[in-house]
Amino acid sequence: MTTITDNAIATPRRAVRDEMIALAVMTALLAVVPLTGVYPFFVMQGLCFALLACAFNLLIGYGGLLSFGHAMFLGTAGYVTAHALKVWGLPPELGIVLGTLAAASLGVLTGLVAIRRQGIYFAMITLALSQLLYFVYLQTPFTHGEDGIQGIPQGHLFGFINLANPNTLYYVILAGFLLGFLVIYRAINSPFGEVLKAIRENEPRAVSLGYKTDHYKLLAYILSATLAGFAGSLKVFVAQNASLTDVHWTMSGEIVLMTLVGGLGTIYGPVVGAFVIIAMQQYLAGFGQWVTVIQGVIFVVCVLTFRRGVIGEIAHYFKRSL
Amino acid sequence: MADDFILETHGLTKEFAGFFAVRDVNLRVRRGSIHALIGPNGAGKTTCFNLLTKFLRPSAGQILYKGQDITAMPPADVARLGLVRSFQISAVFPHLTALENVRVALQRQHGHSFDFWRAKSVLDRYNDRANELLADVGLSEFSNTPAVEMPYGRKRALEIATTLALDPEMMLLDEPMAGMGHEDIDKIAALIKRISAKYTILMVEHNLSVVANLSDIITVLTRGRVLAEGNYADLTQDERVKEAYLGAGHG
Repeated sequence: MTTITDNAIATPRRAVRDEMIALAVMTALLAVVPLTGVYPFFVMQGLCFALLACAFNLLIGYGGLLSFGHAMFLGTAGYVTAHALKVWGLPPELGIVLGTLAAASLGVLTGLVAIRRQGIYFAMITLALSQLLYFVYLQTPFTHGEDGIQGIPQGHLFGFINLANPNTLYYVILAGFLLGFLVIYRAINSPFGEVLKAIRENEPRAVSLGYKTDHYKLLAYILSATLAGFAGSLKVFVAQNASLTDVHWTMSGEIVLMTLVGGLGTIYGPVVGAFVIIAMQQYLAGFGQWVTVIQGVIFVVCVLTFRRGVIGEIAHYFKRSL
Repeated sequence: MADDFILETHGLTKEFAGFFAVRDVNLRVRRGSIHALIGPNGAGKTTCFNLLTKFLRPSAGQILYKGQDITAMPPADVARLGLVRSFQISAVFPHLTALENVRVALQRQHGHSFDFWRAKSVLDRYNDRANELLADVGLSEFSNTPAVEMPYGRKRALEIATTLALDPEMMLLDEPMAGMGHEDIDKIAALIKRISAKYTILMVEHNLSVVANLSDIITVLTRGRVLAEGNYADLTQDERVKEAYLGAGHG
């Protein structure tokens, strides 16, 4: 009996320490990227997708809700930020704020509808809503349809940080990613996060304890949408365009894939998963259309052999939380 | 005096596509008592229970809790009034520790539950109270054990501790002894007896010896209707009850 209790007592503290070490390692690795000669554009893109996957993971991994429409937040924020920068000529910081707010508002609206259903129905509603939005963006003039918004000026952040400099841009994107990541980390480890976990574990019991579970799920959904939007706004500065690809349902699918490959419900899994998928697309680009097939195979292998994802399996093996 | 009854139902009915699972049930639970709801399989006990806890919506009838009509109230609101249920399948949060399980219940009453920007450590202020509650049900040593790793009987005790954390006035226990061994049954029975000094308890239970030992009053359901009501000694003499349990023409 004592051994069980001893182990158990150690767990929560040890977990926090492990996570902090992992955070330090990740930050250090990412901080030295510009010195290594790794293509920074690739890493910046990876960071945006990593944040996106982390936001998605907050919803499914901790709230138990599978959204199949997260591309709509990425794309919406991207379009709004792009439009604000290019057409209205707003400074970068305002562009990011507007884009993120747009995604948050969209989160409130779609959340109120989607949260009423669970499981597959929730996934289908989010997919339907994102498809609806896709066709809106296809038709409205401000998105320039198939062409997208091109040649977006990067400008000066806060008036003095020149985002046209690749190294500067890299550290700004990294800072943005870390900010988003820490917000998610805190949300998971907050009083709210505890209730969210309780709801995921046993919703009827949470209801019987007096929790109005829909309110908590809605807040998780809105948080997730907002952070996914933040990722979308950051991505505009990297890609310098906003296009239909980012609102397409295949993007929503890729987000699911990144999270699953990395490890659902783990803190660092989505980051690893995002880089794995982006790297695959990068290095397999020569295979053209076959990339999709290869991705499909990897997805199947992943689900069949290491269901917990890369980080999930490592964490399970070492009995740690990561 | 109507005040003596904490929970009352009037003509409670639940119909599933022409089948009456519960029909015209008038139940009155006296404040401070242990009231048992028994009956053979399919008598409508669990349906009745789910109606009372609002997990099912009645087709007809009324439910009064402390004189207030709660028939149309959502389940979370009913819990907030102090009428808290347990579940047939042991209802814990499996991957939270015993302490965290109880804390989730404490946390609801004291706010912070929507605070996603605060560190979890603000919840540490509930640790003392949570440990007290765990000690109350004999779970001190399991405080930091994930619920999933606890023996079955202990999960039940944990569930009761979690329910007590809400400081309810009345507890609805759905088959508290289901799937338990003798030793656990005795422990939980003693626990229920002890907490009944402070709370009103309505329980659905199959184990008749438990019912006999614990209950002040017993309502027997068959085919969705109330067949008889009384204490155990009276009911064992009742021909209708014998018939319902043992089959027509017996004895």
